Amino acid sequence: MHKLAHILRLGIKELTSLRHDSVLLLFLFYAFTVAIYMPAAGSVIGVHNASVAFVDEDHGQLSRQLAQALQPPQFQPAAPLAYDQLDKVMDSGQYTFVINVPANFQADLLAGRQPSVQVNVDATAMSQAFMGAGYIGRIFQRELLTYSGQADVASRAPATLTTRALFNTNLEGGWFLAVIQIVNNITILAIVLTGTALLREREHGTLDHLLVLPLTALEIMLAKIWSNMLVVVLCTWLSLEVVVKGMLGVPLAGSLSLFLLVTALYLFASTALGIFLATLARSTPQFGLLAIPVIIPMLLLSGGSTPLDSMPQWLQWVMQGSPSTHFVSLSAAILFRDAGVNVVWPDLLALAGIGLLFFAVALARFRKSLAS
Amino acid sequence: MNGLALHATGINHRYGKQQALIDIAFSLPAGTRCGLIGPDGAGKSSLLGLIAGVKKLQAGDLQVLGGSIEDRRHRNSLYPLIAFMPQGLGGNLYPELSIRENIRFFATLFGLSKADCDQRMHNLLLATDLARFADRPAGKLSGGMKQKLGLCCALIHDPDLLILDEPTTGVDPLSRRRFWELVESVRSERPQLTLLVATAYMEEAEQFEHCLMLDRGKLIADGLSHELAAITPSGKLDDAFTHFQGDSAHDNQPLVIPPRENGNSDIAIEAHDLTLRFGDFIAVNKVSFAIGRGEIFGFLGSNGCGKTTTMKVLTGLMPASEGSAMLLGNPVNAKDLATRKRVGFMSQSFSLYGELSVRQNLVLHAQLFDLPKADSGPRIDELIQRFDLSHIADQPSGKLPLGLRQRLSLAVAVLHRPEVLILDEPTSGVDPAARDDFWRLLVELSREQGVTIFLSTHFMNEAQRCDRISLMHAGKVLACDTPDALQQQFHGDTLEAAFVTCLEQAQGAPETATPNETVSAASAPPISKRGFSLARLLAVASREGKELLRDKVRMAFALLGAIFMMVIFGYGISLDVEKLAFAVYDQDQTPQSRAYLEAFRSSRYFAEQPPITDSAELHRRLQRSEIKLALEIPPGFGRDLYAGRQPAVAAWLDGGMPFRAETSRNYVEAVHQANLQQLAELNSTPLSRPAAAKLETRFRYNQDVVSVNAIGPGVMALILAFIPAMLTALGIVREKELGSITNFYATPLTRLEFLLGKQAPYLAVSLINLALLVAMNRWLFGVPFKGSGVTLAFGGLLYVLATTSMGLLISAFTRTQIAAILGTMIITSLPTIQFSGLIVPRSSLEGAAALMGMLFPAGYFLDVAVGTFTKALDLRQLWPQCLALFGFFLGFTGLSLVMLKKQEA
Repeated sequence: MHKLAHILRLGIKELTSLRHDSVLLLFLFYAFTVAIYMPAAGSVIGVHNASVAFVDEDHGQLSRQLAQALQPPQFQPAAPLAYDQLDKVMDSGQYTFVINVPANFQADLLAGRQPSVQVNVDATAMSQAFMGAGYIGRIFQRELLTYSGQADVASRAPATLTTRALFNTNLEGGWFLAVIQIVNNITILAIVLTGTALLREREHGTLDHLLVLPLTALEIMLAKIWSNMLVVVLCTWLSLEVVVKGMLGVPLAGSLSLFLLVTALYLFASTALGIFLATLARSTPQFGLLAIPVIIPMLLLSGGSTPLDSMPQWLQWVMQGSPSTHFVSLSAAILFRDAGVNVVWPDLLALAGIGLLFFAVALARFRKSLAS
Repeated sequence: MNGLALHATGINHRYGKQQALIDIAFSLPAGTRCGLIGPDGAGKSSLLGLIAGVKKLQAGDLQVLGGSIEDRRHRNSLYPLIAFMPQGLGGNLYPELSIRENIRFFATLFGLSKADCDQRMHNLLLATDLARFADRPAGKLSGGMKQKLGLCCALIHDPDLLILDEPTTGVDPLSRRRFWELVESVRSERPQLTLLVATAYMEEAEQFEHCLMLDRGKLIADGLSHELAAITPSGKLDDAFTHFQGDSAHDNQPLVIPPRENGNSDIAIEAHDLTLRFGDFIAVNKVSFAIGRGEIFGFLGSNGCGKTTTMKVLTGLMPASEGSAMLLGNPVNAKDLATRKRVGFMSQSFSLYGELSVRQNLVLHAQLFDLPKADSGPRIDELIQRFDLSHIADQPSGKLPLGLRQRLSLAVAVLHRPEVLILDEPTSGVDPAARDDFWRLLVELSREQGVTIFLSTHFMNEAQRCDRISLMHAGKVLACDTPDALQQQFHGDTLEAAFVTCLEQAQGAPETATPNETVSAASAPPISKRGFSLARLLAVASREGKELLRDKVRMAFALLGAIFMMVIFGYGISLDVEKLAFAVYDQDQTPQSRAYLEAFRSSRYFAEQPPITDSAELHRRLQRSEIKLALEIPPGFGRDLYAGRQPAVAAWLDGGMPFRAETSRNYVEAVHQANLQQLAELNSTPLSRPAAAKLETRFRYNQDVVSVNAIGPGVMALILAFIPAMLTALGIVREKELGSITNFYATPLTRLEFLLGKQAPYLAVSLINLALLVAMNRWLFGVPFKGSGVTLAFGGLLYVLATTSMGLLISAFTRTQIAAILGTMIITSLPTIQFSGLIVPRSSLEGAAALMGMLFPAGYFLDVAVGTFTKALDLRQLWPQCLALFGFFLGFTGLSLVMLKKQEA
């Protein structure tokens, strides 16, 4: 009973400390509003709003038609460009795709001389190069068929294909990105806040002081974890309601309460990780540097920013050990696919297992670091 | 210069609602010595800070050495003329640096030549008895030794005004004596030197001819010490102080200590041959003593002799190397929570929660010690009353003056009515009246409640009050007896004399500076360069560099972290989608449908899972993310195909992860398209005439569309945003949090020197990182390098200049290290990961996202890195990006200059 009271009290102390750091609160606010809204509102996933320039040396009706065929949302309106600028704009990355229609294109086409349209692709734009080239190819093929009076060919195809996306019919990139941003910010906050709070106590000598009080390492740790959990879960909930649902208008299909529960579980795992890192570092500057190679891979390689399946097998295994991988997968499943516990239990179990493991290791190290 | 050193009129100063100084007016002739006395929280430190130019004057007029302190030009010319030693145990020192290096750093800031510096340092170290420890890091010194080092740092240049804020707090009597001898010898060299000292020792204040008395922000008396003292019959300054105070806030009854009854012979604390080693150094050497229950046992000794360490062993904070320690009949055990509840401990440095108020700290501890609710409220009120904390009960404790913080620590230590109190210099920095109050409480606890009290002190009148005292030196107990017996043993007129004799015997002949040997060097006084000074910049850079080099772990994290991230991102970030898990829901099951599906099955982009049998299963398996794509063939597909009825195949995608879904759709459409020809043949109807025009697609710069060729150089931009910014982000805020920022306020160091000096070592580390990353891209990942290496190096230099200065800006803006780390992470991650062009080309960003990408340096360096690696570019094409990066450096540094204040608010 006393133990619970201690944990409660120490946690409240953490909350009071947090309230007094106005700059920190400002960052917290930014993380759950601007940092969610901005990427989601201006989101670009895959071939979306791709920049195209059009070098038209033919100036015919067909070339104009081709230029106009590239439409939003996949493409920006094609910008006219002089031929001698082609290399320059590609070098500078100003345009990802530059299309070149040679002189006499239309005449050659009509004369059956099979002229070529050149599509230059900046292949360093990894997310768009390959797919975008495919789109342009199919669009141009259709236009050329239409022009040469074979418009009915398309309708005479032996079979048609309709693609439908479940859970996010229009493949709105922003929906997913908004949730991923929340996941990312939770990761940063959980690890950094607990880790630095612990080191701060050590640097200010308050940790020494705690140790002459009738407190155990477990109580000190749990107090830090619950207080951080409370703050972050609350911020997450507000952010989902106000920013994601309200301002961005994302229809979240799944159960918010299940998601918040999972968030709390994730926080348990990631704050334990933060404490573990803090026991490895001897000062706050060390911690800051140690946190980077842990946090940034969690942001980039958990399946939220780049597909998990395309990583080498060994790295996929490594990332299975990161709580963030399971959290990303749980977030997508719960929020977009409306999956319940009966569906997501394997990830849930993995997250809980990793959390407990981290907690146990952190506790052992924390005890040891206190004793020395 | 025989005018006035100081002239103040109408000075007012407030912190928020709290009025710290009210209408202060006084003047002080040059060349005088002046003591500043007053209770804790009277405003002494605020006044000294204003005079030193460290705090910004809010209201009133203050002339220092012939000019207004508000005039920036005058203030600049004052820095070399003022030496300021702030309050606190060495908060302005650099813990990683040795004593020698600390002093040398200050010497360079004040423009001393190396020879001058060495000469002075030699004398100062001898005079303060620190020469033996010259190479020990300041962080490993005891509290009193830090004070002495602080004084050495203040005296390294020739000031006209020496401002010392409680310089001898926590300094042992022998060192204190030498300390004042040292100050006197400086004064004899510089007769124009004005000395202004805040002190809690009345006997020190009595030595000075001038005296200022402050009480609750008001100057209550100002004049010659002997005249002020003569007002009361005792002729003592502290009585005079009470007189001027008007009301008798403290009843000045002399403290009477009833004799200890010898009825109780239990032993409460016992140490037997206690030894503690740190490596070769023996901090505590076979210390033995036994303290009876209810006894007040004093621990005296020179600074750094092992008093604190012994106390920490007794509380279980440090394990003993040898010997045994018993507390209340049990061996000391760190895990014994029950014993902890019976002990109260107060450490030398303030270790309560600064952000909590006085009352909140007490309430927190009452709960942690499980005091019953009914009892804790009255108990806390009683202590707040007793320690005279009621007027500040709701203020954050961290901002309080030292003396008030000490009182709070004491209140916390006795809060839970412990049976044993272990107090490490509990009264250091506490004013005399409050000290007496505190002793009344101790006596009451000891005599009436039988509480055992073990304390260390440097005040001889306190030592006199102990039942027994033990003299410690260099880890050993020299003598242990009642104060009177010790005084006789060492033939001293006073206990202090006895103590000094004892220490001198133990140390051998005193190694002080001989009278002929003067402290100040004979050479011309150093001329501190005004405006920008490269020497000062280099001093800051070399100090920061030394700290970094000594912190091997930090260096390793900075370098290995970059290598680690390059490896996993180089392999891990790939936007290719392969082996997409798909399943078919073939409702037709004819040769035609199988032929159509075969194209998907044989593609490397798709990996087939067991087939689907009904539409509910299709939905369920997509929901479970077992499959990312389901192909649904309608019934009668083969028949309709032959009949030319255009059967419709449906592809179901998991839209939960849009990027993957879109890629999948692209693949499915491509395979379907290729399939059409085959289907047409099955159908034996020609699909179309030969294509009228050809489409030539040229993938430029990266013909094979290999992810790493584009991602690898891009990842450099990512890593070189995070690590350099994190390196510098703590640079300034750490000094703010730990206190050494005062040196920036109090020395001629300019803002630009400070910023650039801090940046230099981290810039060097970041350049090593850059070289490592380029090498890894080239040779580990085999990314072909086609462009100009010089351009990449130049662009890289500009980029790390920009990112390190961004870190400094965050550091100048934030108040705590937590905020700085979090801010760096949060501010850097979004524009670097999402808007730099690493994953999505910047040319397809619009609106706020595009703006954010433009306002952050990462995208520009990404252009440089990708451009030089894959596009064979050089400075002719990349100069706008380089210019932009340089612009960021200028902009960030400019903003830091604005954010960084040369005076405390």
